Amino acid sequence: MASFKPTKVQVYPKLGEKVTQDTLYWKNYKAPVQIKEFGAITNIDFSPVAPHNFAVTAFTRIHIYGPFSQEPVKTFTRFKDTAYCGRFRSDGQLLVAGCEDSVVRLFDVSGKVALRMFKGHTKAVHITDFTSDRYQILTGSDDYTCRLWDIPNATELNTYQEHTDYIRCGVTSKLNRDLFITGSYDHTLKLFDARADKSVMTMDHGQPVESLLLYPSEGLLVSAGGRHVKVWDLLKGGQPLVSLKNHHKTVTCLCLSSSGHRLLSASLDRHVKVYNTTNYKVVHNFDYAASILSLALAPDDESIVVGMTNSILSIKHRKSLDESKEISGQQRRQPSYRVFVKGKNYVPKQDDYLVSKPVKQHLAKYDKQLKKFNVSKALDTALETWTRLRKPEITVAVIKELDRRGTLKNALAGRDEQGLARLLNFLIGNVVDPRFAPVLVTAAEMILDIYQSVIGQSSVVDRQLLRLQELLEREIDYQQDLLEVLGMLDTMFASSLPRKEVNLHLSKRKTESINSDREEDAVGQ
Amino acid sequence: MVEHGDIRVVHRGGSKINFREPVITHDSRYLLCASGECVKVFSTSTEECIHDLRGHTGLVTGVLLKPSNHLQVYSCSADGTVRLWDYTDGILIKTYVIGCPVYSICASANHEGVIFIVTPMLSDKRSDLFQLVAVDLPQSGDQLVEARELSAVLSDVSSNPAAIVFGRGGEYIASANGLHLEVYFFKKQKSYRFSLKEDNKKGGKNTVTCVACHPKDDCIATGHEDGKIRLWRNFNHKKEYTYSTLHWHHSAVSSLCFTPEGTNLLSGGMESVLVQWRYNQESERDFLPRLGSAITHITVSPDGALFCTSHSDNKITIIQSCVKVSAVIQGLVKGESVRTDMMVDPRSKSLVLNGKPGHLQFYSLPRDKLLYNLDIVQQEYIHESGLEQFEVVKAAFDASGSWLATVEERKQKDAELELNLKLWAFDEQTQSFVLNTTISAPHEARITAMCFCHATDSQTTMLVSTSKDGHFKAWQLGAPAHTEDEGPSWSCDFVGAYHGLVPECCCFSADGSLLAVSFQEVVTVWSPASWELLTTLSQPPKAVRDLCFGRLSCSKYLLGTTANNLLCCWNLLTCSLEWSTSMDISLLLADPLTENMAAFCCQAGSTDLFVFKPSEPRPVFSQKAVCSGKVTRAVFAPREEMLESCEESSQWLNHSQLYFLTPYMDLMTFTTKAEEDRLMASSKQLVIDDSVAMTPFYLLLGKHRQQEDADPLSGLSAERRPLPQCSVAIKELLQTPAHVLPSTSFLCSMFVQSLLISVTNGREETKHVEEEMESEKEEEDSEGEMESSTQRPEQASLGGQAAPALTKAQLRELKRVKKLDHSWFPGLLHS
Repeated sequence: MASFKPTKVQVYPKLGEKVTQDTLYWKNYKAPVQIKEFGAITNIDFSPVAPHNFAVTAFTRIHIYGPFSQEPVKTFTRFKDTAYCGRFRSDGQLLVAGCEDSVVRLFDVSGKVALRMFKGHTKAVHITDFTSDRYQILTGSDDYTCRLWDIPNATELNTYQEHTDYIRCGVTSKLNRDLFITGSYDHTLKLFDARADKSVMTMDHGQPVESLLLYPSEGLLVSAGGRHVKVWDLLKGGQPLVSLKNHHKTVTCLCLSSSGHRLLSASLDRHVKVYNTTNYKVVHNFDYAASILSLALAPDDESIVVGMTNSILSIKHRKSLDESKEISGQQRRQPSYRVFVKGKNYVPKQDDYLVSKPVKQHLAKYDKQLKKFNVSKALDTALETWTRLRKPEITVAVIKELDRRGTLKNALAGRDEQGLARLLNFLIGNVVDPRFAPVLVTAAEMILDIYQSVIGQSSVVDRQLLRLQELLEREIDYQQDLLEVLGMLDTMFASSLPRKEVNLHLSKRKTESINSDREEDAVGQ
Repeated sequence: MVEHGDIRVVHRGGSKINFREPVITHDSRYLLCASGECVKVFSTSTEECIHDLRGHTGLVTGVLLKPSNHLQVYSCSADGTVRLWDYTDGILIKTYVIGCPVYSICASANHEGVIFIVTPMLSDKRSDLFQLVAVDLPQSGDQLVEARELSAVLSDVSSNPAAIVFGRGGEYIASANGLHLEVYFFKKQKSYRFSLKEDNKKGGKNTVTCVACHPKDDCIATGHEDGKIRLWRNFNHKKEYTYSTLHWHHSAVSSLCFTPEGTNLLSGGMESVLVQWRYNQESERDFLPRLGSAITHITVSPDGALFCTSHSDNKITIIQSCVKVSAVIQGLVKGESVRTDMMVDPRSKSLVLNGKPGHLQFYSLPRDKLLYNLDIVQQEYIHESGLEQFEVVKAAFDASGSWLATVEERKQKDAELELNLKLWAFDEQTQSFVLNTTISAPHEARITAMCFCHATDSQTTMLVSTSKDGHFKAWQLGAPAHTEDEGPSWSCDFVGAYHGLVPECCCFSADGSLLAVSFQEVVTVWSPASWELLTTLSQPPKAVRDLCFGRLSCSKYLLGTTANNLLCCWNLLTCSLEWSTSMDISLLLADPLTENMAAFCCQAGSTDLFVFKPSEPRPVFSQKAVCSGKVTRAVFAPREEMLESCEESSQWLNHSQLYFLTPYMDLMTFTTKAEEDRLMASSKQLVIDDSVAMTPFYLLLGKHRQQEDADPLSGLSAERRPLPQCSVAIKELLQTPAHVLPSTSFLCSMFVQSLLISVTNGREETKHVEEEMESEKEEEDSEGEMESSTQRPEQASLGGQAAPALTKAQLRELKRVKKLDHSWFPGLLHS
């Protein structure tokens, strides 16, 4: 004896982003910790040594936070004006920062007062960095110059005056103590060698350069400026490799993941995008509340720290292994499951007599009603609020099943004002959905047939019918527009085909779009 | 034309078993049912067919147990005879010649030596009026008896056997026809006639469909067209009769039956629900729902323990006391038409075609048994007439049988066509097909043809479907979409069209390098690798109906039939017409194993068959008037073992067998004389001895015996060997209580050896006599001895009856063991 076959609910392909390894990786962060700073956060720098504290430069202060503290462990406040670019030395002992007042200050991380003050720039210093031999400091300023300073003597070693606009970004090579690169608002990137007096390489970015990043191998350089992120091959003499244009506002900050396989870019458009560094495709995307000025990743991607224009610092910590497994653990603890599996793994002994019990088929509520041929009740259960709003495909499947059984008319008939209003509400919400249109159009026609005599008796129903009419009229207009577009496309396809195949009409993959159009067309009628 | 005397068209399997109501024997062990021209005897416990009672030359129209002897059965047939059989042995006892077609049969224990049959009223056979006549069966010892003593009992009866029934011990007979119920009392020799109104108010029809009589009470139940059941009482008065109405069924009641004690009334109909009404408490009902398809007949075994329902999908269900379905006997399911083509599953070599609504059936041709049904639509089937439901319309297998493609469609009036293309993968573990991909609305209009690429060496499988929307689409198995657990699925690879014409059929060449698609009168040839249009062939002015590539050495030929009765053969190397001939071909198909092609050609109301090779001008075989009407479905089924026929005309049947469906849905095939002889021989040996209960052990033994018989040496001898279990010694051994027997390890090897049938040689037979002489003396000595050599002569008393299969030495050994044991057992008791 066959059992009842439940209603088949059509599975539609999920729209939206697909779950990949990258999404899983980048989603595995806890809810962000948000800290209010005194002003826009212009720079974040992680200490290269454990416990990987990070320096946050905001307005006239630099705060140093521990990896898990929400309060700063250290604060540097000795700035007369806005501070810029607080960066750690590679041993994590010293911190350098520029300032709006053109003085560069060097701090001991454990101290409070500046150890050295480098004076010489005439305008605000936006960029400071240690060279890889740890004894020199690179600075870049709004006076179009960049300089090298000697730390022990606090003297200026060299000045380079090649840029013709503000210098807003720069990096020093981690492998060679003499090389450094600066980017400027004059759209150029310049590679300098401290052993020479002049720049050795110049690249044109095309927009004011906001941020620079060197790959760990230092063969590739990434620059951000305007909406573009560009990758340059330094070993090929500064040849542009890729140009990415995935943001719709200026890109302000760049960052590499710890493995070096992913590149992150932050922008004023409030997004952080993650690129795959082999094919430079966007693999993930973070949204933030405000325009992002600075971004940093902790070693091993343990946390993502983002500074925004609304002076909020957002810190996301990675979930630990236990936490990411917690959800499945909770499910196992449910008692009903334990009851359910009880005796499942019992191995019968040799002389046990096995009493077989018929497995009870679990049916959904609407299927139970369908099994009893209670068509109206089946439709009612399928129209319950949760199903109707969250899983319209179930409601549509039940309507389709009723139609197949030839009892849809009976199920739709005999409803009061409330029931009819609910039904019409569902129709208004879903009738123009191309996935559901073929089924719902027949249902809508039946409803109009059944209830045309009661039009005018209830204001609620009348209002909804008017809305339905309006919706359909608008849909017809859309369809007409779409058909026009289709006609245009057809002429384009026809003209692009080679002349000799003129009698041969090939259309690969085109019917799909036509298909959906036809369906929608049917709604219009 | 050469007349091929040795090739015949025969029925082979797939006959109806639900035509007439089945009969359950008194001991409830067998079920007899009319099936085509024979009566089949099934075992109720194992569902196996035990005998075919063959002998009738027309359709068997009724089966009835002989009331006076429950081991014999009457069968009546449209060939004008009633035959009496012994169903346990499958022997024809007597044949009564009636002289006119018999439509149904009934009898009662009250009327000894008389049977009642329904025959046409007038002597001409086309009459619509029928009469019930009583036939006195002459008592004579002859095999063939003329029974001409007919006396009419009732005139104007229905030919439906469900409409005539005996009441309460045969005192009266009730017959229904149209709106009338007629009751004839034998004692009073008087009949009463009750009529119903044409139609009642609600538009239901009052036509009587079936009648049942209560076995103990004066009560007649009638089932009606509108689903009502009426219980008639007090019907021995013309005026004072009464009836009460029961109503549950929503469409016609097709069968009614009282249980033997009369406590329950069973009814069934279109809803495929068996309803059990309590007699006198009709508000209490039990249901057995979802029996698969509409119930056509209900029978109850004489002891009331088994119910048995026949269904419209050629199925008999055996139910234990309305609780549990205990067995299902399923024949080949035949609807009004086969929408899918007939196919052969490359794996199981079974015939595949439409079965139950929304299912594909896999039917084993050599075993004449339905293997299983594959649910394609996977929707609850609503048993309601006039409802449009999903139908499987196309199906195709790929070359290795690992993929199955099906198309189901549902067309409602004024709604658009619903189409689904489903692809099924064969699952090695469950040995069945599992749904892989569902493509809803693969085309905008009806799919006209579908085929798989049959190349065996290609890495990817390709499916091509053509549709009335003017496109053909190629579908291909794609790689897994993502890293997630989804397996590979099918997607559209190419959409092709030609001048907006409608494609009708498609065909892949044997190596899969070419695809031919016919667009009305133009045949286009494509390369599936690059989807280039290679060439077009055309033979105006009429559309191409069928396309077929040649096989093996003829693979350069493409054959097509056109609507204006032309058979064309194109050579693809020269792209020109090789030959064409004028024939009205309804079906063209290629044998997958040889170069042969079969063409069914419709001429003057009957179908001719031509078998030919595309490269040769003369047909290999031809037969006129294979059957009447147009053959539209046929298939070449590969044989399990190749036939070795040396005759030229029948060589085309060596590799595969050609099956076809007649317009009346009969499955026919072609056989050669040699094959028939072989089949006859094997069927004789297959007769199962039913004196033993059907246990697994028994089946094991049966199989063993079959193997033995298949041995070419023994197969020649006509007589069967005596069976090993006839041996008295073994029987004795098996019947002796276990606690008085020696240990199993001691007995086992001997027992097993006794089951092996050794070749008895003549030498042993000659020794037989002297051994008997010696055995007398030896008997005394053997009493006390524990050890004895196997060469010892045996005992006469047993050896005389023992089967030759068992060596005498073994028998003696068994006997000795028994004796040993008895001496040992009392000793134990005394101590």
